[in-house]
Amino acid sequence: MLDSVSKHILEEVADIHETPIGAYNFRVDGKSAGRQTTANIDITSKTDKPGIDVRIKPGTKHESVHIPVVLAESGIRETVYNDFYVGEDADVVIVAGCGIHNCGNQDSEHDGVHRFFLGKNSRIKYIEKHYGEGDGNGRRILNPVTEMYMEEGAVAELEMVQIKGVDSTKRTTVAKLDKDARLVVRERLMTHGSQYALSEYTVEMNGEGSSVDLVSRSVAREDSTQDYRSKVVGNAACAGHTECDAIIMDNAHVYATPELDANCIDAQLIHEAAIGKIAGEQLTKLMTLGLTESEAEEQIINGFLK
Amino acid sequence: MLELKNVTFEAADENGGSKIITRDLSMTVGDNKFVVITGPNGSGKSTLARLIMGINQPTGGQILFNGRDITHASITERANLGISFAFQQPVRFKGLKVIDLLRIASKKELTVSEACTYLASVGLCAKDYINREVNASLSGGELKRIEIAMILARGSLLSIFDEPEAGIDLWSFSNLISVFETMRENIHGSILIISHQERILNIADEIVVIDCGSIREQGPKDEILPHILGTAAARIMCDGGAKISRKGGAANA
Ligand SMILES: Nc1ncnc2c1ncn2[C@@H]1O[C@H](COP(=O)(O)OP(=O)(O)OP(=O)(O)O)[C@@H](O)[C@H]1O
Ligand SMILES: [Mg+2]
Repeated sequence: MLDSVSKHILEEVADIHETPIGAYNFRVDGKSAGRQTTANIDITSKTDKPGIDVRIKPGTKHESVHIPVVLAESGIRETVYNDFYVGEDADVVIVAGCGIHNCGNQDSEHDGVHRFFLGKNSRIKYIEKHYGEGDGNGRRILNPVTEMYMEEGAVAELEMVQIKGVDSTKRTTVAKLDKDARLVVRERLMTHGSQYALSEYTVEMNGEGSSVDLVSRSVAREDSTQDYRSKVVGNAACAGHTECDAIIMDNAHVYATPELDANCIDAQLIHEAAIGKIAGEQLTKLMTLGLTESEAEEQIINGFLK
Repeated sequence: MLELKNVTFEAADENGGSKIITRDLSMTVGDNKFVVITGPNGSGKSTLARLIMGINQPTGGQILFNGRDITHASITERANLGISFAFQQPVRFKGLKVIDLLRIASKKELTVSEACTYLASVGLCAKDYINREVNASLSGGELKRIEIAMILARGSLLSIFDEPEAGIDLWSFSNLISVFETMRENIHGSILIISHQERILNIADEIVVIDCGSIREQGPKDEILPHILGTAAARIMCDGGAKISRKGGAANA
């Protein structure tokens, strides 16, 4: 039922080669293209707007949910609302991802609004990959919104990757953390051509003992522009660490605007930001191992974004 | 193997002028030879190694490698002709792992067990290191050993080591010496080591003493070593010509 373009995109964004094990929901060109639920994970379509509700029963362990999206037809523009209700003590892996194959002349756009409601002591690992391809003039646009509402002791690990082919992206991530909740974010971003990427984080730590560790690594090449903004608010005794590390190349432009906001004497907030070109000595070292300058550059970037 | 003819390197100095760092330097490293370069801090030893590798380009003179003029060849060309260089201060990489670097060095899909052999030869417990990132989390001594392991993985005709002993603990020192001895037997290539260590000088075929960017003396070990040991306390200081900035101790990593 899936054509080869869709299959290829699924491999890129969700590492899916065959039908995945566990719960899944495929969305292809604005329509549902397959769904599976399990005894513990239910998926239902929303009735008032496009999107799904994913309900994970309390105590569910070692299960996964895949919800990849493929846009293969040129000119589709959609906003999809997906809500995840993760029960107490559950521990699951959620793989989202969107791939756009645009060979036409119209813009293709997918704006996924993902809300996560994490129950007490639940854990999720959320993996989101974005990918674009196709040689049409139509732009490939992805504007993901991620909202995390974390109850006491909830832990979320977010891995967000966008390495290739997305022309314009506005990534918005908002999180609110209760007591002892912990959020870990690893973002990897690469832009090239005349791409534009905005990545904006607002994390509020409202409960005692909550913590966030947010690390964004990016490479800006050619004439692309990146804008990184993070705001970490400490309203209780909490620990926040954000790090933005960018390699800038060619004629690229990178802005980084970190903001820390402490409303409690025991809030510990740290931000580190670095923007710079590839260190000359790294290139030199790899060239002494026999690589050309551009091969050395590729190795350094691939390692940095891994 | 390697021949330097009247090599000169002049670089810009801090005051907008220029200074000669390597002056009219000529030397050869024969096939299968083990040559050790020594000399005071700031005398131009590392600069000489960088000139041979192509990291610095000479402003005068000629460099020949197996009869071929490589004076203006790029670093990559020289590497692929068979020159390797372990830096005095190894480079750190965010994201690249030890195994990645060993694979690049060996130019093949090195298996984990092959990679482990190289790490074991430099005294690193392989399984703890193979997947470590070569970043700021490694200690100076660990980094230095990985740098040497990369040269082993390359197995080049000419291997240059810049103060390989720096930062390596005493206990491992004899192992390091045996690494060089085995390397010499296995590769049938030449080894050029920059060192201040008597034990390394001791296993050399030839010793070259550099001072103020030129060769003060060179010759077979048995001839040179007694001189050096005799004059070690009374280092010749430079005046005029090359301006030498003296950095920390001999074993600074
Ligand atoms: N590209 C350059 N531009 C300007 N000065 C340089 C350059 N390269 C080296 N120098 C200077 O030349 C001198 C010799 O440096 P070099 O690193 O070769 O010394 P060395 O003999 O290796 O010293 P050490 O024993 O401390 O390692 C130093 O004063 C150094 O600052
Ligand atoms: Mg030196």
